[in-house]
Amino acid sequence: MSVKSESIQSKKDSGQDERLKKISPLRVLLNRPELGALGGSILVFIFFGIVAGDTGMFSAYGTLNFLDVSANLGIIAIAAAMLMIGGEFDLSIGSMIGFAGICIAIPAIYWGWPLWTSIIFAFAMAVLIGYFNGIMVVKTGLPSFIVTLAMLFILRGATLAITRLITGRTQVPGLRVLIEDDPIAWLFATDTFQWLFTWLGSMKLIALRTDGTPLATGIPPSVIWFIALTLFATWILMKTRYGNWIFASGGDKVGATNVGVPVGRVKISLFIGTAVASTIFACIQVLDAGSADTMRGTLKELEAIAAAVVGGCLLTGGYGSAIGAALGAIIFGTVSMGIFYTDVDTDWFKVFLGAMMLIAVVFNNYIRKKVTETK
Amino acid sequence: MSEYLVQFNNISKFFGKVIALKDVTMKLKKGEIMCLLGDNGAGKSTLIKTLAGVHKPDEGEIIFEDQKIVFDSPRDALDIGIGTVYQDLALVSLMSVTRNFFMGREPQKGLPFFKTFDIEKANTIAAERMGQIGIDVRDPSQAVGTMSGGERQCLAISRAIYFGAKVLVLDEPTSALGVHQASMVLKYIVKAASQGLAVILITHNVHHAYPVGNSFTVLNRGKSMGTFQKKDISREKLLSMMAGGEELDKLEVELKEMDRIENN
Repeated sequence: MSVKSESIQSKKDSGQDERLKKISPLRVLLNRPELGALGGSILVFIFFGIVAGDTGMFSAYGTLNFLDVSANLGIIAIAAAMLMIGGEFDLSIGSMIGFAGICIAIPAIYWGWPLWTSIIFAFAMAVLIGYFNGIMVVKTGLPSFIVTLAMLFILRGATLAITRLITGRTQVPGLRVLIEDDPIAWLFATDTFQWLFTWLGSMKLIALRTDGTPLATGIPPSVIWFIALTLFATWILMKTRYGNWIFASGGDKVGATNVGVPVGRVKISLFIGTAVASTIFACIQVLDAGSADTMRGTLKELEAIAAAVVGGCLLTGGYGSAIGAALGAIIFGTVSMGIFYTDVDTDWFKVFLGAMMLIAVVFNNYIRKKVTETK
Repeated sequence: MSEYLVQFNNISKFFGKVIALKDVTMKLKKGEIMCLLGDNGAGKSTLIKTLAGVHKPDEGEIIFEDQKIVFDSPRDALDIGIGTVYQDLALVSLMSVTRNFFMGREPQKGLPFFKTFDIEKANTIAAERMGQIGIDVRDPSQAVGTMSGGERQCLAISRAIYFGAKVLVLDEPTSALGVHQASMVLKYIVKAASQGLAVILITHNVHHAYPVGNSFTVLNRGKSMGTFQKKDISREKLLSMMAGGEELDKLEVELKEMDRIENN
């Protein structure tokens, strides 16, 4: 610290750089990518607090409801954000969700595999597909937009064709009975802290069903995954060498390569990350619904990218945060559920989503200029 | 031990039929600044890449601390202590000073599998190193994009030195800079040399090279026109040797001719 203050002093003495000034705490906050999303989510909660505060939206059941929706989106948004920071896109997230769903359902229902092996099989396929996306982008130098757009069609088509070929239908039901006693499935299908909710129910603090059990039975698995992934991704980005490599790969590919960052490996691993996150999403939804649907996850890739952008990720890469993407997902999840509690027609949700994204992009652009402006 | 830290003897490099470099010889002592001068297309870029281990020379040898060296990759050149700062500087403007300084070589701490980037240590070192050059990084977590061109150049050089460069190869460090910024960078280069580094300064600007150089190697169309000590050569002579001189003379004649025609 003494070095710093001395040099400021010496510069002032020599009159060389009088333009230097102390940066305000506000400016420090402005330099954080998630600022916009933080402000946005506060506004959203204030809005619904006023408009829908007494409607049950913020009861235990209502809260878990919109948290569940936010968390599901958040799981893929965080992976999409990390990939965007690394300078690439993945448009195949939604199709990957559908594909992972049938990778779980068909072996379990039609081939008699234990559920846990089909879950592992789905994750193995995700790693393979993510690896393929990554290696295609890295080796050919083609924009990831094109490569993963192709994958969007290939996976969705394959999902539909394979499912119809094997089952003759587009849905694979019947998974719910397999969840019980499965060594892995509980990871994606168990509500946690049930004792807490039972206790709250017995104390008459939360709403009860007519049979006396609480309406909200526990924290859904999506929320636990969402929190864990947010923490994990933030730790990676801010605290590890690999995190620095992600920023470097997205910020300046050539520069990063010149100083020894394995840019190709970093990008491939991030593509695997989005495919694996899609599969986590698929596991939770398929086990919750008890069935796989070939159309599951449609357009989710765009929602994930939208949440990442609202969370402060730049489309050009090299800048963004996992917490921002998480907040972006919470904004979307809260509004999409909250709108039911207001008088507003739910058809307006997409309008809001688009407008929010547009505002975020303009805001982010301004922030980037601020961050990189030369003295 | 010979008096030279590094010697490049009779380096040649061919690309198919094109002779990019032919019999270029350069020898550097510790603390010496050699300026490599040449016009565009003289072969400077090829020579830098050969020094940096990107290209393998087709003929000739590189001798570093009395040992013959063959580079298989840029990493090898870095490992023995030849640090190259390219024109693009390999800096990411959206990333902080610290994160740039340690990009690709982040200090780590902690248990295996849970190793973290030791950001406090990195911040301290980065601030200290930048302070030594007289650059006040108000906050090492500020983005590099907020720094001036000269400061960025100094950051890139400082990084190369910190990571063990004994020979610094600088590619056009002043070309994009104004007078004030350029002199700041040149000052830093002289300071680095005075601490025992050998510096190869590649430039086409004689006015930047002449004040700081100890010796000058002029490259023209892939061949060395010789290495000259400062006392043996004038600024004007250097300028004309870079082929720039002749061209400019010719240009002057042509302009006069045009003038004459217009006036008639």
